[in-house]
Amino acid sequence: MTDTQRRTAIGPDAGSAAPTPRRRRRLRRLTKRDRVLLIVLLGIPLLADLAFVWFPAVTSVVLSFTSWNGVGAIQPWVGTQEYKFAFTVDPQFWPAVLHNVIWILVFGLIATPLGMLIAVILDRNLKGSRIYQSVFFMPVMLSLALIGIIWELMYSQNFGLINTLLGRTGGDAINWIGNPNLNLGAVLVAASWRQVGYVMILYLAGLKGVDTSLREAAQIDGANPWQTFWRVIFPVLKPINVVIIVITVIESLRAYDIIYIMSHGTVLPGLELLSMLVTQYIIGQTTRIGYGSALATVLLVISLVPIIIFLVQSFRKEDKA
Amino acid sequence: MTTLSSTQASAAARSSSGKRRAGGVRPGRIAAHTFMIIMAVAWILPLLFALYISLRPISSTAKYGYVSLPIGGLTFANYVAAWSQGEIGHYLINSAIITIPAVIITLLFASAVGFVVAQVKLRGRLVLLIIFTAGNLLPQQALITPLYRIFLSIPLPSWLSSSGLMYDSLFGLIVINVTFQLGFCVFVLSNYMTTIPGDIYEAALVDGAGLWTRFWSITLPICRPALAALGTLLTIWIYNDFFWATVLMSTGSKRPITSALNNLQGQFVSNQNVIAAAALIAAVPTLIVYLVLQRQFVAGLALGATKG
Repeated sequence: MTDTQRRTAIGPDAGSAAPTPRRRRRLRRLTKRDRVLLIVLLGIPLLADLAFVWFPAVTSVVLSFTSWNGVGAIQPWVGTQEYKFAFTVDPQFWPAVLHNVIWILVFGLIATPLGMLIAVILDRNLKGSRIYQSVFFMPVMLSLALIGIIWELMYSQNFGLINTLLGRTGGDAINWIGNPNLNLGAVLVAASWRQVGYVMILYLAGLKGVDTSLREAAQIDGANPWQTFWRVIFPVLKPINVVIIVITVIESLRAYDIIYIMSHGTVLPGLELLSMLVTQYIIGQTTRIGYGSALATVLLVISLVPIIIFLVQSFRKEDKA
Repeated sequence: MTTLSSTQASAAARSSSGKRRAGGVRPGRIAAHTFMIIMAVAWILPLLFALYISLRPISSTAKYGYVSLPIGGLTFANYVAAWSQGEIGHYLINSAIITIPAVIITLLFASAVGFVVAQVKLRGRLVLLIIFTAGNLLPQQALITPLYRIFLSIPLPSWLSSSGLMYDSLFGLIVINVTFQLGFCVFVLSNYMTTIPGDIYEAALVDGAGLWTRFWSITLPICRPALAALGTLLTIWIYNDFFWATVLMSTGSKRPITSALNNLQGQFVSNQNVIAAAALIAAVPTLIVYLVLQRQFVAGLALGATKG
């Protein structure tokens, strides 16, 4: 096999200026059969990912500039009209954005610190910490649909545990899911029930990996546990913190199952979320592909923020290498 | 506040004899225990409440409410009703038909990509990794509109899908679960495989081992712990999927259990006790994993997070 043949088969990188000797050696060892295999190993998963994840994502953006109703040819091209409708006319849009933001804030400012606190306490080898850990971890494994059903029982107007404890089961019973001022908070309590355990388990994994000598050194220097954590341990946990930020935002944007179950498939006032609106316009009564795509694009753009943060943190080091 | 500090003080006095624990001030430990016990009770309460409701006859709860003594006794009748009228078994089988192949294929694909990225050292591997990793982080709803149309336009042979389409087929759900979970697994496995020392491959190369041998006989066995952890994680995640099955499947009876819970909610709208029972039956596979493979599950999460 000639050198040129090898280069074309391997792709653009073989022509790069100065391949390291090590890489040369590796590539030379690939026989023709191996190259076919390489293409199969990489090609099928890549094709699947491009076809069913990236193609739809890009198409969402394209469709958002149309007002396609799902029937016939994709037309007409309307520019940013659907976005204008969302920003200025649709009464559900801004509430949905607000609720998504509230979701992120509750996850970020309440569920995450609580999960972190529990992880820190458990990491200090409290007696029975395995039992505690199992208890907090349990909801993490349950589906959000299931969590919705379990919490519906808690919030049940006439029979529920919460109204019973509050002594409000009679005529003044609180309608936790129906009341637009209360339902988002009620759902967020249920969602946090799972999120706290999720955050806890991630921080526990991170804390286990912290070098014990760091902590000892801090104690020798006279730092109290509070200072030790915030000045020494927390900075070391930076990779975990980034993961938590990403999970917090992504999970908040994806929130769907639990709302769908608790509001029985409809978009209830007070529980509008971008994810709920998107699906409403493609499988709901009125098919508005163009508008649904515009909402999906808004969702996509917001989600790019944590995604980019994560990618930068994960791959910066490799880029240099 | 005063009661708290007095209990702390007395507890501290009580435990002053036992000095086995070095770290932490003792009142702090008591406070920690108090906090944890209260939290743990609060955390377990919703589950116990659901369990209690599922074991009580509807006649009793309708009369006395959920929060009452078990007047009328405890019964498995709700579970029987959920199983026979709700056809839970049928939905569980659907879940198995989707979850088992999806987990295996995802692991296979992800190992293949991870292997290529980590060991073949192609230029552009960073771009590949970013494509997979970022793809997994997109919100499903950002893809669903075109995806829904794509699924509607892909024909499948009738032995694969009774609808004749990718839409509304178990096969379609396997495909989307695999592709969507692929990214995370590629990310984890390529990281894992990069840590495999090169010497192992050098030795094999001397023996004339091809790419396949290096992948199948050397890399995969080394990755067994990561594969086990990811497999556990994927099983739970795919089993718990609600969104894909709700949107990409229209026939209720074909749905896997998690999304079928929504149908059951409609079917037993006047009998929450049966719904509670159905939900808890749906949680049984999860509970088995929780009891038997919790360590693997946590390891899987940790692999994704600590390496990030």
